[in-house]
Amino acid sequence: MRIGLDVGSTTLKCLVYGEDGAPVFQEYERHFSQVPEKASGMLDRIRERFPEAARAGLCISGSAGMGLAEDLGIPFVQEVYATRTAVKKYRPGADVVIELGGEDAKILFLSGAMEVRMNGSCAGGTGAFIDQMATLLGLTPGELDSLARESGRTYSIASRCGVFAKSDIQALLNQGAQKEDIAQSILDAVVNQTIAGLAQGREIEGDVVYLGGPLTFLAGLREAFDRILGVRGVCPENSLYYVAAGAALSPQIKEFDLEELTGKVRHYSSGRRYQSGMALFHDQEEYEEFLRRHEKDRVGTEAPLPEDGVAFVGIDAGSTTVKAVAMNAGQEIIFSRYLPNAGNPVPLVREFLRDLYKRFPHIRVKAAASTGYGEEIIKNAFSLDMGVVETIAHFTAARKFDPQVDFIIDIGGQDIKCFKIKNGAIDNIFLNEACSSGCGSFLQTFAGALGYGMADFAKCGLFAENPVDLGSRCTVFMNSSVKQAQKDGASMENISAGLSVSVVKNALYKVIRVTDAKSLGRHIVVQGGTFLNDAVLRAFEKEIGQYVTRPSVSGLMGAYGAALYAQEKARGEGSSILGPQELEGFTHEVKASTCQGCQNHCRLTINTFANGARYIAGNRCGKPLQKKGAAAQYNLYDYKKQLLESYTPQKGGRGVIGIPMGLNMFELYPFWHTFFTHLGFGVQASPASTRQMYFKGQHTIPSDTVCYPAKLMHGHIEALLEMAPDAIFYPCMSYNVDEHKGDNHYNCPVVAYYPEVLDSNVTALSQVKFIYDYVGIHRPKDFPGKMQGILGKYFPKIPLREIKQAAKAAYAEYGAYMQRVRDKGQEFLRLAKEQKLPVIVLSGRPYHLDPEVNHGIDTLLCQCGAVVVTEDSVSGQVEKFLTGVLNQWTYHARLYAAAKYVVDSGDKRLNLVQLVSFGCGVDAITGDEVRAILEAGGRIYTQIKIDEITNLGAVRIRLRSLFAALGLGE
Amino acid sequence: MENTRIEFTREMKKEYTILTPNMAPIHFELIKNVLESFGYHIELLRTTGREIVDEGLKYVHNDTCYPALLSIGQLMHALHSGQYDLHKVALIMTQTGGGCRASNYIHLLRKALHKDGLEFIPVISLNLSGLESNSGFKITLPLLRRAIAALTYGDLLMLLKNQTKPYEVEPGASDALVRQWIGKLTGLFEQNKAFTQREVHAYFDDIARSFAQVPQRRVPKVKVGVVGEIYVKYSPLANNGLEDFLFQQGCEVMVPGIVGFMIFKVDNRLEDIRLYGGSQAKKQVCTLLKWYFTKFEADLIAAVKKVPQFTAPSPYAHLKKLAGQVIGYGCKMGEGWLLTAEMMELIENGYENVVCTQPFGCLPNHIVGKGMIRKVKSLYPRANIVPIDYDPSATKVNQENRIKLMLAVAQEDGPAVSAEAVPAGV
Repeated sequence: MRIGLDVGSTTLKCLVYGEDGAPVFQEYERHFSQVPEKASGMLDRIRERFPEAARAGLCISGSAGMGLAEDLGIPFVQEVYATRTAVKKYRPGADVVIELGGEDAKILFLSGAMEVRMNGSCAGGTGAFIDQMATLLGLTPGELDSLARESGRTYSIASRCGVFAKSDIQALLNQGAQKEDIAQSILDAVVNQTIAGLAQGREIEGDVVYLGGPLTFLAGLREAFDRILGVRGVCPENSLYYVAAGAALSPQIKEFDLEELTGKVRHYSSGRRYQSGMALFHDQEEYEEFLRRHEKDRVGTEAPLPEDGVAFVGIDAGSTTVKAVAMNAGQEIIFSRYLPNAGNPVPLVREFLRDLYKRFPHIRVKAAASTGYGEEIIKNAFSLDMGVVETIAHFTAARKFDPQVDFIIDIGGQDIKCFKIKNGAIDNIFLNEACSSGCGSFLQTFAGALGYGMADFAKCGLFAENPVDLGSRCTVFMNSSVKQAQKDGASMENISAGLSVSVVKNALYKVIRVTDAKSLGRHIVVQGGTFLNDAVLRAFEKEIGQYVTRPSVSGLMGAYGAALYAQEKARGEGSSILGPQELEGFTHEVKASTCQGCQNHCRLTINTFANGARYIAGNRCGKPLQKKGAAAQYNLYDYKKQLLESYTPQKGGRGVIGIPMGLNMFELYPFWHTFFTHLGFGVQASPASTRQMYFKGQHTIPSDTVCYPAKLMHGHIEALLEMAPDAIFYPCMSYNVDEHKGDNHYNCPVVAYYPEVLDSNVTALSQVKFIYDYVGIHRPKDFPGKMQGILGKYFPKIPLREIKQAAKAAYAEYGAYMQRVRDKGQEFLRLAKEQKLPVIVLSGRPYHLDPEVNHGIDTLLCQCGAVVVTEDSVSGQVEKFLTGVLNQWTYHARLYAAAKYVVDSGDKRLNLVQLVSFGCGVDAITGDEVRAILEAGGRIYTQIKIDEITNLGAVRIRLRSLFAALGLGE
Repeated sequence: MENTRIEFTREMKKEYTILTPNMAPIHFELIKNVLESFGYHIELLRTTGREIVDEGLKYVHNDTCYPALLSIGQLMHALHSGQYDLHKVALIMTQTGGGCRASNYIHLLRKALHKDGLEFIPVISLNLSGLESNSGFKITLPLLRRAIAALTYGDLLMLLKNQTKPYEVEPGASDALVRQWIGKLTGLFEQNKAFTQREVHAYFDDIARSFAQVPQRRVPKVKVGVVGEIYVKYSPLANNGLEDFLFQQGCEVMVPGIVGFMIFKVDNRLEDIRLYGGSQAKKQVCTLLKWYFTKFEADLIAAVKKVPQFTAPSPYAHLKKLAGQVIGYGCKMGEGWLLTAEMMELIENGYENVVCTQPFGCLPNHIVGKGMIRKVKSLYPRANIVPIDYDPSATKVNQENRIKLMLAVAQEDGPAVSAEAVPAGV
């Protein structure tokens, strides 16, 4: 008898072969991290079933089984290797195997050169991802799968990281998108992630085999794979047991006495030590003292409503929950709701209002405000009087509990908000944008995975003696840290406490990035549902070394703040909020459509309510809303785009040169366009970036953690290949133009050498003239000679005289282009000054001009009433100065100069927002330095991290908060 | 941020201890001893553990590359340990001056000190690009010559240790021999010996012979090469003891040396001049320096070749030729084309299994590591390359799992099945 045991990240599987080599037993169950108990139970059942087999061969596989196997001397085979062994036996003709597990995703290429790909540091596109997304929709994964079949359209959802996907989905839900469409979009996202993250340029074709839990249980997922890959894959019988089978078939298998071994497994506890931190509470007494201390920060929640019925309503439609509060004129809460947001906040709010009116028939709502992700839709649906940025709502509420509050931290479902308060105004805001590590939803998902509710899970860590040290990073990474801790024998209690601590550490060290936790402030108010867990609160106090205020309504603060805000801003007459009758006739219709306003073709969801109010979402610009901000015409991003578009395609006798419009070409296009047209070449740029274009090229991206602008280049190259110019020109450039603002004038490594990556990974490029030689435009004198040599490799020799003339024209045109940008920038600044408009220097790299990269943040700023200029339009105004870093990149030197310009202007209406592409390593340095320059000048630093995400909700909140903090109106 | 650099003065040289983060244990030990023979007080940090990472996370931007985080974390940890008089210590950090983030480590370190109110501690930049200078710390010609010799000795010792240790009959014999040689070489350096070309030549032979004499049981082992970002490649702190892990898994390991990297950095300047134009004087200096380094490399290779059981690395010129098939010589940031070349050279030399180590989010590695794997594999269908990311939260279990997978494929794809090898599906 041969037993193969597969200890996966979430499940345990076994397959037993009888003496004749046929499978005789198999079992599958979730192990909830209790590997020894569950595994020994499984072995017990095998022994019961086959009492005659005293000895049997055993081999273990699976990511969570390694420690167990090593310590007990049981042979271990790597799980992908095991899969392969089994596939060789059962599906010998297979070309590609796609196996998705709880936390792993793998592709095996079997035919041709054997290759194995596993998901690396990223868990997007795995079973855990689907679970997480299903939970968000309030469904089981199975329900999600069947719902997806009814879908009529799909949205693009960032699949790389559960965190991004979540915010995409949240935005879709809040916009009123249909659940079935979202379900299908989630499955598609998993497929896209698998292709982008794992196939990395290799085609998936031929006989494809689907293995593992998600692909076995979810037919819709298999269909999505089939559809997107254009294959007909097979999910074989026993698709869950291939790893176990491979283990059982392994030549390494060893024979054991079954009874003895089962006992050993049962009593196995890893002798390994894991890193641990201090206990949260040493004893009950300490805990009670803690409870007493926090008891005093209370506000009534069941207060009466006086005769006159005057009340104020605040609604916070957050990412995972809807909070709603009604309070009396004395600011006591008379009625409240805290509801999980199962996708659509509208019916929840309607329910709340219905209950409120029923409970207090004599109520006279004087003013009502909404806040949070769903602020707009709720305001429109129920005719509330006003919306308020969530940061302001929270501040308003915190002030009620501690008038001297100087620091607020709110940890909600998937966002962390922190703000410093100075002189009664919000001075600095930290929001987690690209990362939800350390938010409540992680604790919740993890608790769920281990079979607990979140509150119970957090509670069980209160008295844990050695909380696991899980570090402070991405939740996705934390999964594997937890896995490791489990492997090393950490108990549930210690893991729970460890997670509470890491939530806090993430907030402090990742989001706020404090060096000294003690310097946060003296009057700290903590809020958000996550802080209702005593373990998290305690971990926070321990980490910062001081006591904080946790209001009793910690989870309702956004809504309470909105109500307080409504009271503060209320005008004489009553609220326009829907009354009981109107509520009865309330309807909510959602229609999907595609905006024809421009080539972006945004997918819009149009919400129509009974009172005729409409709310449109999904738009990236103001066009479908048909409202134009006063300052919309002062957008330097638009101007730059127009300038670039003026370099139109040209024909020429020497052949047509195709240029991919991405990365540094956003600045150098005028240069190359002029250079080549002067030489008598035709020039053609690839079309504007779109999401579809990205998908077209994604299968050739070798590194899934490179920045989005670089990834887009693969799409541009595909587009150019279709246009079939005579040559594609995209040179490597270590050096950029020297603007004499820094210590050197490099390009960043990605901008410098991305053509090498394209050449290496886009196979079709080898069939065409792809000119990606190393070019130095930083040495204008040497340039023509060197260029002559390069072009001579691809075209008949061009006389040096001609090249010299073309180069001269190119340098001149480049200079003129930059000058036009600077001139226009100055003009906008002057106009802003005259009209007293706020100005944002939206700083990034030239390629942040791409609307597919910046997601229309420039337009958003204009909608907020600001004039937008670029970093390169002001950097020229600043003399070279000493920075705290080695100032060695041309583009980045402009950032420092722009920051300096803002500080030196002394004009409080002039501010800087930095765009940072996710994965940009260089911006870890520039971001800190720009912040240092701005803060030294007493200015607020705002950074917006962008990726393929299209959700502007968080960005909008952030920008509105910034405007609010600056005291600038919308 | 105002920025007044604290210089390391001549007076400081006498009484200050220079704290040095560790990278390549053998090489740095030798360099430390060279510096001490020039009158510097050096403390080479050997600290390990989670506290280092935590200190790093606290003081540098969390998205900064792992090497910066670790070396700064190690230094800050030392400063906080209470073992040193903070007014009698200086710190040292390398600075390459290239286009990647690494040139900024020193500034990040200063920022960290600033955050902690320790900005009075001088930080010495160790560079050959003339980026920053200190009156109390001069890289003089004699010092440079000795340092170059020390690095080459380091390369040789590392190479031979890696090829002896998996086969040693008596566990620990190879490591002991390394320690013995470090002691002996240090003594010689102090007597002003063992760094001229002639002496180096002789000692290289002695070293190679001594390793050949370690009693060994030669059994076939899986051969694994390690390439990557220079810090993560060498530092056990960063790569979670990669070499030892591979030894435990029954592998023989080859880690390309530092001298090649030095030649590469010098050669880059020549390439820049070739590609974009530049001064003749600079060209001559670099040509001379390159020639000097290359002589050491040639001696190293010759010494190893004299012992048939050892595999000698290929000379720089050969690596450059290999790289030329897949990538441009202008690609120079970080490890540049050299990293790609090292993968190819290892595969050619029988180390078909390659671990490509990189800090998570390392920009040059997107290009020369992960970016080139496809081309390398199309040239060498038998190549079995696994890229591994290292960062503060990447767990050992995940990394080891992936390496084990590579090893599983390697074991099965042993020399016997070479008939199966077909061109990669490109």
